[in-house]
Amino acid sequence: MGQYPEHPTMETNSPSGDKVSPPRLPHGNGKRGIEDFPVAPEEPYLQARGITKRFGRSNALRDVSFQADKGEFLCVLGPSGCGKTTLLRIIAGLEKQDAGSVHLRGEDFSNVPVSKRNVGIVFQSYALFPNLTAAQNIAYGLRIRSRRRASIQDRVESLLRLMGLSGFGSKFPAQLSGGQQQRVALARAMALSPHLLLLDEPLSALDAQVRLMLRGEVKQLQRRLNITTLMVTHDQEEALTMADRILVMEGGEVVQIGTPMEIYEKPATPFVASFVGSMNFMGRALKETHRVYRLGEIRLHVSRGDHVTQGSHATIAIRPEDIVVNRISHSQNSLSTKVVSLEFRGPLYRATLSLPLGAAEQCLLQADIPTEKIRRFGISENGQLDVELPSDRIHVYAA
Amino acid sequence: MDLDRLIKGGLIVLVCLWMTVAVVFPVLELLVRSLSNAQGEFTGLANFSRYFRTPALAGSLTNSLTVSLITTMVSVSLGFLFAYALTRTAIPGKTLFLGIAMVPVFAPTLLNGIVLVYLFGKKGVVTTGAFGLLERVTGMALRADIGLYGPVGIILAEAFYTFPQVVLILSIALRMTDARLYEAAQSLGASPWRSFISVTLPGIRYGLISAVFVSFVLCFTDFGAPKVVGGNYNVLATDIYKQVIGQQNFSMGATVSVILLIPTVIAFAIDRFCQGRQQAVVGTGSVPYSPRRHPLRDALFLTYCIVISCAVLCFLTTAFFVSLVNVWPYDFTLTWKHYHFHDTGGGGYAAFFNSVRMSFYTALLGTCLTFGSAYLLEKLQETPLLRRIGYFLSIIPLALPGLVIGLAYIFFFNNPHLDLPFFPAGIPNPFNFLYGTMGILILCNIVHFYTVSFLTATTALKQLEKELEMVSESMGVPFYRTCFRVTVPVCLPAILEIALYYFVNSMATVSAVIFLYSAEIPLASVAVANMDDAGDVAPAAAMSMLIVFTNILVRLVYTLLTRSLKQSAQAWTAP
Repeated sequence: MGQYPEHPTMETNSPSGDKVSPPRLPHGNGKRGIEDFPVAPEEPYLQARGITKRFGRSNALRDVSFQADKGEFLCVLGPSGCGKTTLLRIIAGLEKQDAGSVHLRGEDFSNVPVSKRNVGIVFQSYALFPNLTAAQNIAYGLRIRSRRRASIQDRVESLLRLMGLSGFGSKFPAQLSGGQQQRVALARAMALSPHLLLLDEPLSALDAQVRLMLRGEVKQLQRRLNITTLMVTHDQEEALTMADRILVMEGGEVVQIGTPMEIYEKPATPFVASFVGSMNFMGRALKETHRVYRLGEIRLHVSRGDHVTQGSHATIAIRPEDIVVNRISHSQNSLSTKVVSLEFRGPLYRATLSLPLGAAEQCLLQADIPTEKIRRFGISENGQLDVELPSDRIHVYAA
Repeated sequence: MDLDRLIKGGLIVLVCLWMTVAVVFPVLELLVRSLSNAQGEFTGLANFSRYFRTPALAGSLTNSLTVSLITTMVSVSLGFLFAYALTRTAIPGKTLFLGIAMVPVFAPTLLNGIVLVYLFGKKGVVTTGAFGLLERVTGMALRADIGLYGPVGIILAEAFYTFPQVVLILSIALRMTDARLYEAAQSLGASPWRSFISVTLPGIRYGLISAVFVSFVLCFTDFGAPKVVGGNYNVLATDIYKQVIGQQNFSMGATVSVILLIPTVIAFAIDRFCQGRQQAVVGTGSVPYSPRRHPLRDALFLTYCIVISCAVLCFLTTAFFVSLVNVWPYDFTLTWKHYHFHDTGGGGYAAFFNSVRMSFYTALLGTCLTFGSAYLLEKLQETPLLRRIGYFLSIIPLALPGLVIGLAYIFFFNNPHLDLPFFPAGIPNPFNFLYGTMGILILCNIVHFYTVSFLTATTALKQLEKELEMVSESMGVPFYRTCFRVTVPVCLPAILEIALYYFVNSMATVSAVIFLYSAEIPLASVAVANMDDAGDVAPAAAMSMLIVFTNILVRLVYTLLTRSLKQSAQAWTAP
């Protein structure tokens, strides 16, 4: 990482000894600075324990716990109203939890006001000071720490360069594009070398293209500065591409925590399965024997689902892209279907297939078929299509 | 507990405290007085039953209601047409017309009465047919006595007084309509009349209701116009004045005040309800309406606007002329002598400069107080319950007529002892020292015009994202620093507007200060009333013109300031 001379945290160790941000502590506990304590290796950098928050009678958050390592990028993903923003506000100190605690490097931060937590916050609305220039916005928090004017200027310059905003320092927010404004907001949040970077849907207000570009930039920056980051989003793609780990929330509770791969490959609940990516839920199936389920008149072999007791029911599910199209059927889960409709999506087609389960019963399946295969196999609407549901791609949820 | 939160909480408590002392205590004192006799003994509703048993007094209530209702009908109809012309037609000179329509705001209502006397009074220009000149020239009896003194005069003067307010409210409401609704109506084949009935009227219904109540309340509580042209036609506002100043009957004055207060409070409640609804009518995605040309309609509305503007200018010119004429109607040579105020009462230039000083301080202190309070209540997160109480207290002054505030202030601030529950002997009144000083006049004006200013400040503050405070807090920057570095500069246009509003209204108001001024501190608007009483009508007109000119001057300075402000802030307000 040393090849980046503009690395803001490197200034902290500059020979001038001018510390960018003095370690700030819970007010008046008389202890030494946090940074003086050796961090025990087993101690997580950030930890939330059993956080509960009520608004009136409704539970905004119920017993939320998680932890993050130093330098980790954690995404809180969920639909609107699931309590993810409340969680971020509690971590920031903007909101007070009713129960539970927040710890940073093993230190209980629960009662520390936001001004003493040393967190950088970026909001969806940018929240830039409209009458201050980009440079003044970035310097806003630095000035209060009575640093020398020259060193503030250096720091602002290096942050502007880091964000690719060199030359825009004297512009007012209204004169910048949405993407540039959000970069200024990010630079401002980074200016004090915060212990924690909190991003509240930072990309939602931007155009699709700018959003894609900033996604990569934010992630790269976070890696480079090795800053522990918590980002709230409702965009699953954003979470999958940016996060080291994702925390999926539903109705004020954490339903799954895992790497993007784990969340996508092994969604813990039907909710996660349908919220992250798409999923075919094929209906209630009866467990006949070990790893064999019966759905209507068809029999499916699965390589998961050992948790379901024999003779009881479970929901069988498979992702559209996991359905395999075969000309000649030979494997165990080969099924004959009829193509109901085809929807062109560029590199692939989303096909709706009808799978007969019995005399009157049928089940509709969405399958993603590469355009090349459609062409090669001459697949068309109302035609017959043999597909295979690979046993290791089938998800089983106890009913 | 950290210091920052303590300071914030303390400041919010202070806001609630000053509002309590300046609004709640005086009004409570007034209510108590209305239930007591002259000796201060509690007599229950005795004053009220005596009021309604005295025909001379009870008649005033009916009179007040009658003139207010008719005035409201007149000024809302005239004002609607005018506002419609300014917003929905393609006539030229809209800014000029609006500017002219606002002129009556600058003058004390007494002046409206005075001008009417000179036009329609016994020796008025119209009544005598230009002093017989028209008859001599044309040979016809071109003269008309409209029976000015009484309801006719009051209605004319009040319609003139309430017209600008109605125009302002309705043009805002008319401007807020979504153009897409008209396009939809048009595409569905609706006639212009049908789309007026089904789109325009529903769109402004709350604004219309608001205009009706504002004009009703202004007229119902005004004291200046009925004093000059009311004749023997008694209304509540003049009754209060007569009871207190004429008969020194303070309890009855308080009783009449409470009777005046009841319809006002009801109107106020309905108006607040409608204001809340009006804001919800138009969403953020709406498209502003821009009127197309329509020769016949535009010609009609242009004529109408010219007629109304001429009437307003004619009114003002007459007032100026009256103040310059040597001896009306015998010697029409022009002279500045009425501007000398040599042998008239009222205080002359001392009174004028007192008014200027008072208005200046009111503008200065009032703006700081209003904006500060609005900021604390709007932007801080601490003590939500207390902030809600503070907000409620800030809205109350709108329901209080000037006369009521003035009388309540006499009761509260002149009282050497405060009667508190659980303290039978009372405690010495710590605010007593204000009585008879410039301070009480300023405080009274601030409270009188508080709510409108407060709402202006709140609206401006709401336009700044609330995340700004959170961001600066997260960087450890104290809130007051962000307030002075960001919030105040961004809200400067609104702050100037508030200052102008305070100044102009403090210059022109009579009702609130007429009970509170002392012999050492005469005021210009009160001098107008007193000179008019003493028959020095020309000097009274001259003093009124001084007030009008001062206000127009201040308004010009405001316009210049705003313009240069806009230029310097162009960089960061540009889209």
